[in-house]
Amino acid sequence: MKIHEYQAKQILREFKVPVPEGYVAFTPEEAVDAAKKLPTDLAVVKAQIHAGGRGKGGGVKLARSLDEVKQLAEQMIGMRLVTHQTGPEGKEVKKILVEQGIDIERELYLGVVLDRSKSQLVMMASTEGGVEIETVAAEHPEKILKEWIDPAMGLQPFQARKLAFGLGLSGKQVSNAVKFMMALYKAFISKDCSLAEINPLVVTKQGDVLALDAKINFDDSALFRHPELLELRVDEEDPLEVEASEYNLNYIKLEGNVGCMVNGAGLAMATMDIIKLAGGEPANFLDVGGGANVDTVRNGFKIILKDPSVRAILINIFGGIVRCDRVAKGVIEAVHSIDVKVPIVIRLEGTNAKEAAQLLQESELEFAVASTLEDAAQKVMQVLKN
Amino acid sequence: MSILLTEKTRILVQGITGSEGSFHAQQMIQYNTAAPVVAGVTPGKGGQKVMDNVPVFNTVEQAVKETGANASVIFVPPAFATDAILEAADAGLALVVCITEGIPALDMVKVYNAIKNTKTQLIGPNCPGVISPGIGKMGIMPAFIHKPGKVGVISRSGTLTYEAVSQLTARNIGQSTCIGIGGDPVIGTRFIDALEFFKNDDNTEAVVMIGEIGGTAEEEAAAWIKENFDKPVVSFIAGQTAPPGRRMGHAGAIISGGQGTAAEKMKVLAAAGIHVCKSPAEIGATVEKALQGEE
Repeated sequence: MKIHEYQAKQILREFKVPVPEGYVAFTPEEAVDAAKKLPTDLAVVKAQIHAGGRGKGGGVKLARSLDEVKQLAEQMIGMRLVTHQTGPEGKEVKKILVEQGIDIERELYLGVVLDRSKSQLVMMASTEGGVEIETVAAEHPEKILKEWIDPAMGLQPFQARKLAFGLGLSGKQVSNAVKFMMALYKAFISKDCSLAEINPLVVTKQGDVLALDAKINFDDSALFRHPELLELRVDEEDPLEVEASEYNLNYIKLEGNVGCMVNGAGLAMATMDIIKLAGGEPANFLDVGGGANVDTVRNGFKIILKDPSVRAILINIFGGIVRCDRVAKGVIEAVHSIDVKVPIVIRLEGTNAKEAAQLLQESELEFAVASTLEDAAQKVMQVLKN
Repeated sequence: MSILLTEKTRILVQGITGSEGSFHAQQMIQYNTAAPVVAGVTPGKGGQKVMDNVPVFNTVEQAVKETGANASVIFVPPAFATDAILEAADAGLALVVCITEGIPALDMVKVYNAIKNTKTQLIGPNCPGVISPGIGKMGIMPAFIHKPGKVGVISRSGTLTYEAVSQLTARNIGQSTCIGIGGDPVIGTRFIDALEFFKNDDNTEAVVMIGEIGGTAEEEAAAWIKENFDKPVVSFIAGQTAPPGRRMGHAGAIISGGQGTAAEKMKVLAAAGIHVCKSPAEIGATVEKALQGEE
């Protein structure tokens, strides 16, 4: 789960990770009120969307007066901000963060992430602040310092010191950076984060260390023990995806026109792949779960059909424990109860697959029944042509 | 022959009285000819017998003492699953298969590091389990699609593994052992660990490795195979059409920061001499060719 920068900074504040003073605003008037509360005359106005590269896209601006704050807020709120991460359609800016100006001496990078190869968290620091860490990793891997964290012990102060000295910090900067890192780690663990990125981490002319920007993602599997985080769930998710999650379906909307309904995530991805290889474009990823039943199939249809670009549906179910004839009955029932106007290609493999194929053939509904994965992809292409 | 799950395996089921646990325990009892289900564990329900004559115990330790169980399958909800894994490892079980989906990643980081130097081999979590056709299964896969034979299967997926296995069986190619290693970012047994077992198994002549987007486990396996593994390996990577930054069902299936794309994995695998299938429909045929090439 992703959250906005202002929400991430609120969480950091709770854990005493230093961040600039700032307030979120939904209207230009709120933005002016926010700017009045700041300790500096200089204010930074930042668009709150879920994408990086906001600065280059015009989503981060400096204001030297309250008039300027109002003007910038009027421009930004409601605009569609395009960055290299949003796609050409951009994302609508619904709120902005108004923050105090900072006397920046240095811009650094700090991140905490799970290193899957080592099954440990790693804290990474780099002198290349403001640059995407992937770019630094590709071009100057030697500029990324890493400390792996023993989960039983947690991040140790000596590790934080190694990173701080490695960044070339000195004097008061070091102790401030160590405090920052220890607090960030504590926030990460306490909130079951899956990613925390402070880019840039800034050192001020006064020697303070603060998070100028902050990106936090949470582990979806741990949300059950953080009900408070669910309230932060943002308004940027696709409405179909939100509806699918209410049915406990795993749905991701894509750009194509072939709707897919599959049981199991791996098979669902493989089904998308084979559609593409046959020359089509999948309209979605949809995993209805290992055991597909009438309800999940019906809900799956509902979601897929709400996407107006869908021209055909491919159902691919590998019935293991769940019997294919039951799935077939479910599909027939679902198609009867909802008006499905696009052609359906269906492939059921596994337990009682033959009986299932027969049921489908005998129903008065028009299914294109496929035997193998390959056959299924070909049949999809055929129905698209007709 | 087989790996991990053999004629010496004596299985206990943690969570045997739950709906998932009891259903799949029943399936295992029916299928397992040489690796019997000898015990169940559900705290507070010790003393019962389920499924005619499987004794239920309150603790794993007690179950091991009374029945000689040496392996466990875990069907326990995510909030309690890591405790179940640690209990099984503490009792000294050689093989622990955790089916549970949805365990928080940070919990698994703790568990992985706590048991990595013990004799317990953890499979999963978030996996279909392990099956050695003709001997037995520890997991939720449909047994009937399998056939005893000489191809090992390692996969991050569930139903996609069934698809691959059924393509093999349809071509009369049997399997030595099929391992679902799980779709989570932190798992007990990685591709390389499983490959090492297959390397030492004389009865496994080729291996199918089914990967997917996310992480770099496939790339690490490719490097290891190039240096250490002489048997033919056939691979398919799911998610060639997956968009970056989205979690595709499995917690571990996400392209992040440009890392973990199917294209990159396929390139690295092919460069290591692995037979890479572009289409998931080609897995069976590619294995058949690879086996013939060896003869």
